Amino acid sequence: MKKKLVMIGNGMAGVRAIEEILKANPDMFEITIFGAEKYPNYNRIMLSPVLAGDTTVEDIILNEEQWYADNNITLHMGKRIKEIQRGYKKVIAEDGTEAEYDNLIIATGSNPFIIPIPGYEKEGVMGFRDIDDCDAMFEAAKKYNKAAVIGGGLLGLEAAKGLMHLGMEATVIHDQATLMNMQLDSVAGEMLRADLEGQGMKFKVSTLTTEITGEERVEGLKFKDGSSLDCDLLVMAAGIRPNMGLASESGIYCNRGIVVNDYMQTVTDPSIYSVGECAEHRGIAYGLVAPLFEQAKILAYQITGQGLKSYAGSEVSTKLKISGVDVFSAGDFMGGPGADIIELMDKVGGVYKKIVLEDDRIKGVVMFGDTGDGPTFFQWMQDGKDVSELRSTLLFSASGLGDSGHSGIDQATAMADDTIVCGCNGVSKKDVVDAIVKEGLTTRKEVTACTKAAGSCGGCAGLIDQILVSTLGTAFVESEHEPICGCTELNHEQVKEQIRNKKLTMVREVMSVLDWKEEGCQVCRPALNYYIGMIWPEDSEDDRTSRIANEKMHANIQKDGTYSVIPRVYGGDTDADTLIRMGQVAKKYDVKTIKITGGQRIGLYGIKKDDLASVWRDLDMPCGYAYGKALRTVKTCVGSEWCRFGTQDSTSLGIHLEKQLDRIWFPAKVKLAVSGCPRNCAEATIKDFGIIGVDGGWEIQTGGNGGVHVEATELLCLVETADEVEQIAKAYLQHYRETGRHNERCAPWQRRVGLESIKALVVDDLESRKTLAERLDIYLAGQARDPWLERIADDAAMPEQKVFNEYRTIEIKEIH
Amino acid sequence: MSSTSAPIWYPVCRVEEIPQSGGRTVNVGDLSVALFRLTNDSVKAIENRCPHKNGPLVEGVISGGDVLCPLHNWRVNLDSGEVAAPESGCVTRFSVKVENSQVFLNLS
Repeated sequence: MKKKLVMIGNGMAGVRAIEEILKANPDMFEITIFGAEKYPNYNRIMLSPVLAGDTTVEDIILNEEQWYADNNITLHMGKRIKEIQRGYKKVIAEDGTEAEYDNLIIATGSNPFIIPIPGYEKEGVMGFRDIDDCDAMFEAAKKYNKAAVIGGGLLGLEAAKGLMHLGMEATVIHDQATLMNMQLDSVAGEMLRADLEGQGMKFKVSTLTTEITGEERVEGLKFKDGSSLDCDLLVMAAGIRPNMGLASESGIYCNRGIVVNDYMQTVTDPSIYSVGECAEHRGIAYGLVAPLFEQAKILAYQITGQGLKSYAGSEVSTKLKISGVDVFSAGDFMGGPGADIIELMDKVGGVYKKIVLEDDRIKGVVMFGDTGDGPTFFQWMQDGKDVSELRSTLLFSASGLGDSGHSGIDQATAMADDTIVCGCNGVSKKDVVDAIVKEGLTTRKEVTACTKAAGSCGGCAGLIDQILVSTLGTAFVESEHEPICGCTELNHEQVKEQIRNKKLTMVREVMSVLDWKEEGCQVCRPALNYYIGMIWPEDSEDDRTSRIANEKMHANIQKDGTYSVIPRVYGGDTDADTLIRMGQVAKKYDVKTIKITGGQRIGLYGIKKDDLASVWRDLDMPCGYAYGKALRTVKTCVGSEWCRFGTQDSTSLGIHLEKQLDRIWFPAKVKLAVSGCPRNCAEATIKDFGIIGVDGGWEIQTGGNGGVHVEATELLCLVETADEVEQIAKAYLQHYRETGRHNERCAPWQRRVGLESIKALVVDDLESRKTLAERLDIYLAGQARDPWLERIADDAAMPEQKVFNEYRTIEIKEIH
Repeated sequence: MSSTSAPIWYPVCRVEEIPQSGGRTVNVGDLSVALFRLTNDSVKAIENRCPHKNGPLVEGVISGGDVLCPLHNWRVNLDSGEVAAPESGCVTRFSVKVENSQVFLNLS
């Protein structure tokens, strides 16, 4: 028979403990929960954002009633327990409902501390603790407009901000000089105050309230210094008190809270546990959510008999949830006399960071304005990491060094696997990454549903987004499980497999066999056309209607509908006759702009569509593929032929490679570069495939990118001869052609597939290197014809034989 | 252009002279018309000018009953001429009829 587990309290810590218990052993207990509030478990931390209008009550419900039903939990909402009969092992609610237990969890949380100032019982004086308080404030804001908040801590400030949002004037009264003095030092406190004053919040600091005035309802406050303030709503946010009355009356030992041991059992009765804000562990009753969740885990571990795992207390960090104000603090951030402190203060920029060190280890942190590194510092503090090496740069960001403008992504990337991303729920970066990879998650909402990260205070939402981006790369949208586009349920890999297994050789065939919706779109059709050509080079034909305008026309469409013509200049190496001819063509066709391109060639811009074929004919140069997902340029430096530093003939190798790799369609555009020496004038380290001549050989660098997301290459290998370079280039690029997703550049592909696995196939395993290169050669054999030459030949054909007639413009005379 | 009497149907080309799932440009004086042939061999005609940046719609990829402008992928419906959300705008449509594979265009 199942054991009976009863829990008093239906809040975050308690329900988390139940979740942990169900995770550990779903069949062990018959569970009953009593909650005094009339709501299922909701996210109490998010009450401030509800008040501030940033979210709604519905959105902060953590466990719907259905969840309780799904897990066979008997839920009594709105029933307050009045008595625990420990002798009979049962609890009795105010309405007489009884429940017997084998194990009892007391998770009654805490109550707001209402300071017994004379007049505190008047109407309009309230705490800020639950949804009912929230509702009361909504109501009050409709009738009244002057609010006062006693307590300048986290909750008080959030409450004041929320009341302002509701249209009330809010004054915060604080007995200390520094706001949030438990979490901030005086400097950060001042900055926070200035910031909030800028938002319209009013303050009276170092002020004690002596009396609450008014008849029935509060009308004002009197202070110790003799001054006074008019107000018609007073929120007390002066801290919380563990809710231990019931436990205490039942003879369970209580001090500040219900005293528990390291296994979360009450010291009085081992069948009774306590967790959350009502529990006192080693003298501390925690008021923040992160430690409570740690406690919930320990409790579950113990109660399900999994062995000994004990709770040794928690380090806590704090983040203020007021939009537009970033504050973070953790540990001992004050630092006593003679403490080792590093500080950064930017008054204009509104940034303040302070780290307290002891023996080169972080003891405490307080940050204002820029809190991005908070979780990293907090992790280092818990790990006791030696930061002496980082000292001089620590405050310029733990993660931003060498940042190339993609700080967010870089920050997530640089974070260690075990860094806690979500402090509330104890979720590490690794947990998030694993969930993204294994469960195929693509949105923050999914990550939250799966890991609970960002599900409590939401302070780490930005970090979760960054981890999503850094994990999924630019393939973010086209991740493993994501279909190619809305036209199909299949992803890139599945489609490739079907094309291969079913030997599909036409785009329309693929779409009909694989149940495509409609007729495909500009995303999937070019992808299918590419995959078919890559998989069945000898048995398929290019489908021009599945190519976007540029690839269909073999020219680059410009903003005015004209085209650009960019012929090949192999390796950027040209001659006088070619240049003269280009000049003549430019004159003949009245070319508006002649531009030396970024890839060491010459572009003619503003060519009319109907002139394209004649321009190509007159140029008598190969098509440069400057418009397509193909080899663009092989950039070279002048190399050892002329350069006094040159160690290798980079120009010759570049020309050779460009000729060898011409006329190949790739998943995305491909750029190469060959530099003749490590000075690297051809900038080979930001190319898809870069080659750098070194004394006695060549260094091969791959997976770089110079576009939107600058990425340096990674070293693939070192080889001695140009022949090896050619073979490895072919093997690498064929591997990319076969496993890359349409529209995925080499850089994200290499990151996704992994440099080591690529290296194994295209460098180390000579047999696989050879077969890959051979497969590329087979494909190349079918691509013998230059597309421009095809058009030129067609242009010269008899009218009835013209293949490209269908692209010609039809001219019609207007009839008036 | 005739505006009063019976509409003028310009003979343009034969259906097979328009690429399958592709387009073809027809110039009438200063007006440029994009003619499209869908997979079911029906023919549609709209002004060859995207309301966004005047892109030549005839070069766009056809997707269902829409064409995607080659410049910035605005999606124009070939029946209504309407631009799909989140963008907005409208392109002039022209009537087309096909008789014995001969395509006629009505510009009124």
